[in-house]
Amino acid sequence: MGRTSRIPLPLLAAISLVLVTTALAFVFFVAPDDANQGFSQRIFYFHVSIAITAYACFAGGAWNALLHLWKRDPNADLRSYVCVHQGLIFGTLVLLTGSIWAKISWGHWWLWSEDQLVLFLVLYLFYCAYFMLRFSVDPGPQRANLSAVYALFGVVLIPVSFAAIRLAKNLIHPVVFTLHGPNFGGWILVTYCIAQTALLALAYTLYRLELGGKRLDVRLRRLREVLA
Amino acid sequence: MTTSEKYVTAAYCVVFAIVLVYVLIMALKLQRLEREVDEIAGRVPDEDAEEAPRETAQVG
Repeated sequence: MGRTSRIPLPLLAAISLVLVTTALAFVFFVAPDDANQGFSQRIFYFHVSIAITAYACFAGGAWNALLHLWKRDPNADLRSYVCVHQGLIFGTLVLLTGSIWAKISWGHWWLWSEDQLVLFLVLYLFYCAYFMLRFSVDPGPQRANLSAVYALFGVVLIPVSFAAIRLAKNLIHPVVFTLHGPNFGGWILVTYCIAQTALLALAYTLYRLELGGKRLDVRLRRLREVLA
Repeated sequence: MTTSEKYVTAAYCVVFAIVLVYVLIMALKLQRLEREVDEIAGRVPDEDAEEAPRETAQVG
């Protein structure tokens, strides 16, 4: 956080915009059609990148929760909250883009028989419940501690969700990363790397934007209390 | 446009629509915070106006 938080937000937003535009140009004009899935495979450049970004946000939430509990970092609770919120937004996008791809390839928007889909939904709902827990407790140290413990528990679901795609018996859901590296190469790999970088940059920009707003909100509330 | 192309386009449109809605919500929230800052600033007495005019002194 130290060095990257010094980058001004407008510059970060501009970098994200350039990266996302480049990623889109590569997805639609450079990357070749997949031999098995054809044009519909192009959803995966963003779907997989968004999924990994969502996992990264949840992991960031857990890391900041750990910092809150361990080092008693006064800002860690707010950072953890914003990370989880970002993860949930990207999680929503994973479910939506995944459903659209499922409709093209499987003919269904959703399949309850697919463990990997259901596990991601469980992860998503677990983090939705984070907000219910957080806002059911009055602001203060108790809320911060409960939220931190909950965010730490949630991180256990990430490797389960990630591994479920590989452990599924029927393997309908395509496996992008294997133990021997990515399951593709050439322009597909280049396009994926650009899309992944773009999505991570976008998530970080949105994180900084939201965190800035939340900090301002907290300071304003304190100022109101002083003035009252 | 094939069905596959329509679905792929829809997927990318959904992504950008949600990001746009999120940015709009954040922009509205920041506008509200700005209004609150102005409101609080209005309640704080203006220090410059209350201070007595200072005499100029040569420094250095």
